[in-house]
Amino acid sequence: MNKAVDKVMQGFFLLCGLITIASVCVITVYLIISGIPAIKEIGIVDFLFGKTWASTAKEAEYGILPFILTSVYGTCGAILIGVPVGFFTAVYLSKFAPVSVKKVVSFVVSLLASIPSVVYGLVGMLVLVPWIRKAFHIADGATLFAAMLVLAVMILPSIINVSMTALDAVPKKYEAGALALGATECETYLKVSVPAAKSGIMASVVLGVGRAIGEAMAVMMVSGNVANMPKLFGSVRFLTTAVASEMSYASGLQKQALFSIALVLFVFIMMINLLLRKVMAGGENKS
Amino acid sequence: MKTNFEKKRRSKEMLWKMIMYVCTIITCLILVFVIGYVLMQGIKGLSVNFLTTKPSYLSGNIGILPDILNTVYLLVVAIVILLPLGVGAAVYLSEYASNHKLVKTIDYAAEILSGIPSIIYGLVGMLFFCRLLNMQTSLLAGALTLVMMNLPTIMRTTRESLLSVQTGLREGAYGLGASKWRVVRTIVIPECMDGILTGCILSAGRILGESAALLFTAGFAHALHGFMDGITSSGATLTVALYVYAKEQGEFQVAFSIAVILLVLAVLVNLSAELVKHHYKKKKEV
Repeated sequence: MNKAVDKVMQGFFLLCGLITIASVCVITVYLIISGIPAIKEIGIVDFLFGKTWASTAKEAEYGILPFILTSVYGTCGAILIGVPVGFFTAVYLSKFAPVSVKKVVSFVVSLLASIPSVVYGLVGMLVLVPWIRKAFHIADGATLFAAMLVLAVMILPSIINVSMTALDAVPKKYEAGALALGATECETYLKVSVPAAKSGIMASVVLGVGRAIGEAMAVMMVSGNVANMPKLFGSVRFLTTAVASEMSYASGLQKQALFSIALVLFVFIMMINLLLRKVMAGGENKS
Repeated sequence: MKTNFEKKRRSKEMLWKMIMYVCTIITCLILVFVIGYVLMQGIKGLSVNFLTTKPSYLSGNIGILPDILNTVYLLVVAIVILLPLGVGAAVYLSEYASNHKLVKTIDYAAEILSGIPSIIYGLVGMLFFCRLLNMQTSLLAGALTLVMMNLPTIMRTTRESLLSVQTGLREGAYGLGASKWRVVRTIVIPECMDGILTGCILSAGRILGESAALLFTAGFAHALHGFMDGITSSGATLTVALYVYAKEQGEFQVAFSIAVILLVLAVLVNLSAELVKHHYKKKKEV
């Protein structure tokens, strides 16, 4: 009897373990099955490099180059703005901050991470967008620039947390050695600790790229959502928002094309995943 | 010459420090601003009527009770399914698995899952749960989609605390003739309660804040339902309702009031996570 229960439970646990693999398979298979037909029909070159997306026009055109470029530019912008702020905050928290400050700011960071993306979108929509319109004298503030700023805020927590963990793990003797040789605090931490924690910091950036490229709701609310080629102060549409904004009413080839966009996004994410693995593995080999 | 060099060095030092201070302050100010602004705009819209009625086009009333209930239903269903699966997977990996390759594959799968954007979960959830398994657009389909999405979180936290279970305890139990399942049930799982709880809290936080994955799986309806009807019919959670009110209907006041509730929930989630960490740390030290 006992043996039977044991066997059953072992089976149950095995099943639980296999569910993650099953989920990945379901996602991959479904995206490929539903994404391929439209790409085939439109032609991969026209689809990936076509500059016009006019899915509801009489002579529909399905070129997603604007979305791809917008996602790439938006992510780069978010990284350029978010990484320096996150990096220096992480160095301060890990190396300079007194314990009490570190505790408080860590709580702040975890709160930032748990604010829902729609709330960021809402605040961005009503504060950032009007501000950009006034500050840069343009007709509509819902632009790529607004999306970059919102994304930069949204990737801050992962950048800070991951970099901080990496910096905390740098052996104290490295720093003690540098300090004893007469290096100042900043010289020690920036030139000794940071290079030692390089792989962790790189991982945080790659993670941020993944977050930024996959974010949908917040950017949908601040980017204007028009399928233009990307311009810093123009209304744009991302890969994620392209899927989300037309899904509810799309049908036929248009709907299939949306699945193809999701497939392209998935391919991007998988490449980022591989890069992340490589970065992390590089760090482990060295130490 | 030397003093000049020293001066330069010292001002550089000051400059770097200033940059770090400024960046840390920016980080904190962003939070203060977002929370402050949302509270300022949203708190005046909160009223008993707002929280306890349903919206009606006839009377022009806007109430969010259905959205609150939908959120609760979704959370309950998702956690009830997620908990055994996630803990089970973690226990399998650390207690049962003997095949090294399989462990690596499962780990890699979890890593991939945690990197996939929620909009893709939404699409696949729509195709798989709503269409193939014929659940239609329903809270149940939304909950199952979120289960897939949160599996890696609860697996990770549970595994981390499984690592700290002393092998001596396990070996002692085996030595007394206990079966594997008995050891897992009486020793391993009670010892890693903190990881399980943390995983639940973190997942709850993500579920409360999720919107993109729910748009196409759980839908936008604002109808008032009991639990059983609720999970099988379409319903907007608080986050989805916020999006719809702000983006599609331009009701910013309502959106901000919902945002206040979401922020309060986020703070509660974070505080309880801290509390759990603190509680178990003390217990483990004793």
